[in-house]
Amino acid sequence: MAHYKYLIVGNSAGGIGAVEAIREVDSQGSLAIVSDEPYSAYSRPAISEFLMGERGFGDRMYYRDPEFYDRHRVEQHLGARVARLDLESREAVLENGDRLGWERLLLATGGVPITPRMDGLELQGVHRFTTIDHARNIDAALQQGAKRVVVVGGGLIGCSLTSALVQRGGVEVVMVELLDRVLAAVMDATASALVEARLRELGVRVVTGHSVASILPAASDASRVGSVALNSGEEVPCDLVGVAVGVAPRLELVRETPIQVNRGIVVDHHMETTVPGVFACGDVAEAYDFIYDSHRVVAIWPNAYIGGRIAGLNMAGGHHEYDGCTAMNSFSYFDMALASAGLFDPGADDPVQTITVSGDGVYKKVVLRDGWLVGFLLQGDIDQAGVLFRLMRDRVPVADFQDRLLEDGFGLVSLPRPLRDAWLSEGVGPDGSLTGGLAAK
Amino acid sequence: MTCPYKGLQEVSRVRFREDYCVDCRLCEVYCATAHSQSKEVIKAFKDERPGSVRGISVQRHGATSFALNCQHCDEPRCAWACVSGALTKDPETGVVTYNPEKCIGCWTCILACPNGAITRDAEKSQIVKCDLCPDREVPVCVAVCPNRALVL
Ligand SMILES: Cc1cc2nc3c(=O)[nH]c(=O)nc-3n(C[C@H](O)[C@H](O)[C@H](O)COP(=O)(O)OP(=O)(O)OC[C@H]3O[C@@H](n4cnc5c(N)ncnc54)[C@H](O)[C@@H]3O)c2cc1C
Ligand code: SF4
Ligand code: SF4
Repeated sequence: MAHYKYLIVGNSAGGIGAVEAIREVDSQGSLAIVSDEPYSAYSRPAISEFLMGERGFGDRMYYRDPEFYDRHRVEQHLGARVARLDLESREAVLENGDRLGWERLLLATGGVPITPRMDGLELQGVHRFTTIDHARNIDAALQQGAKRVVVVGGGLIGCSLTSALVQRGGVEVVMVELLDRVLAAVMDATASALVEARLRELGVRVVTGHSVASILPAASDASRVGSVALNSGEEVPCDLVGVAVGVAPRLELVRETPIQVNRGIVVDHHMETTVPGVFACGDVAEAYDFIYDSHRVVAIWPNAYIGGRIAGLNMAGGHHEYDGCTAMNSFSYFDMALASAGLFDPGADDPVQTITVSGDGVYKKVVLRDGWLVGFLLQGDIDQAGVLFRLMRDRVPVADFQDRLLEDGFGLVSLPRPLRDAWLSEGVGPDGSLTGGLAAK
Repeated sequence: MTCPYKGLQEVSRVRFREDYCVDCRLCEVYCATAHSQSKEVIKAFKDERPGSVRGISVQRHGATSFALNCQHCDEPRCAWACVSGALTKDPETGVVTYNPEKCIGCWTCILACPNGAITRDAEKSQIVKCDLCPDREVPVCVAVCPNRALVL
């Protein structure tokens, strides 16, 4: 039986973050990574570009260079699903019966596409859109002549799929969103309306406030999709359905184990689960959210990578704390530019102050609580969004200069000088030590 | 001073000295030119893309101005955030490098960079940031600044 000092399940953002961190501090300890996808780590968000036809599945699709795994002395077990964990003997049991032992385990198993309950999901022509194989299947269906597509879900993944279809051209797209607006999780109503207007401009039909009740077979071939029935009673003819509702934590390995699970796997600030020696990160875990001051699933790439990095440093014997994450999303589809983070769409009774600037193709908004920036949303010029994000993350009191936050030309220059000087000298301190918290020490 | 990042030698980065900057923007002009196709100032600005895309930007507020570019951070939040692998920190040189071939123009790095040192090139769906002028001994902005407001 193979036995490793470090075993990682999931070969994507979180897993690679851990590999890179482990090798910064331990160049020798044996390290293996397992994935049921038969590929080295690739860019999941880039599956949209792949479907556009902008790139083949070559070097441009992979997250790291071809020598990455050798250089980092990582054994890859690809196309191998871990069927269960034996926590007593510290072994992962693969589907083919092989066992991989570990001293430290990282669960970076990501998400599974959410599938709303509806009839007809088994029909040919019903697709998901979270892996490169999903994208390949859709690509094949389009090449075989699919012309009318219903995208179920108007969130980021639905938009990602729609964007690829629009760019590719030659297909009619109907987007169906259950809520009363698209992108409700990452934008406020004003920004959602901008995206909906843009979608219509591009010829996409957007149906909000409705759901797909069932997927119906084609008259000519009962094994294939022919239409979808909306809950309004309307029937929308189509030959391809993209179910793109979002992802939920992939918990199959931890259910019925002592590893505590909430919505995602519960981890502490060190990214360790309730079972010592077992860590978790990324879309499957509940990392600390510094805006909500609680642990939540924040399913974005940077959170997976940094969580993996912290886990990796700690698996190798360090004591690093994750300074936390919060929702942070940029939106670049349909030639638009938007960025949002934190509590960008507060409820009517949240005790916050909101400042908005709009007009002339610009819409910007910051949300403040007790003199602290807790959320923002920018449309158009988003280049300084990272400065706002850091003000949020570092809990900088901004009351004295809050009016500058939405000014044209906002940037480091708008901050009080002592703050700016402190920020820029961070990294390397006077004694050569790192002043930030996430570098390997 | 040595940089503790994996025992590297000190990472070069361009630092601004804001008390010396007079907002002349020569650094912007020369950066855009050095990274243009023609490498000629007038051409770069007139025939290539106007307002040319560059890796350094002068910011001004009241009487304060300075030119900011990528700091090639020891904790490269941009590279940690990059969804495609286009941004990576070179383990030998410490330079945070950008591979436009891989970039998908998602702007995640822009939200992640705490300094606001990344600019969108919306037309190409790519980003632009300082590459420390790999083919020169001294980055062009540092070489041309008449007031030594940019130093290595
Ligand atoms: C279309 C699309 C667009 C996106 N765009 C963006 C974006 O622009 N910006 C952004 O920040 N985020 C984006 N995301 C989200 C981002 O991709 C995820 O947050 C990120 O991939 C999470 O990384 P992870 O390592 O946690 O898990 P994942 O990337 O989900 O990887 C987990 C891996 O583990 C494998 N695995 C799971 N269980 C097992 C098992 N039992 N045995 C073996 N292998 C297993 C899975 O097959 C998978 O390969 C997008 C997602 C999608 C689908
Ligand atoms: S782009 Fe920003 S985060 Fe990245 S290295 Fe440069 S200054 Fe640091
Ligand atoms: S815009 Fe390009 S460089 Fe920036 S995070 Fe996205 S893929 Fe990476």
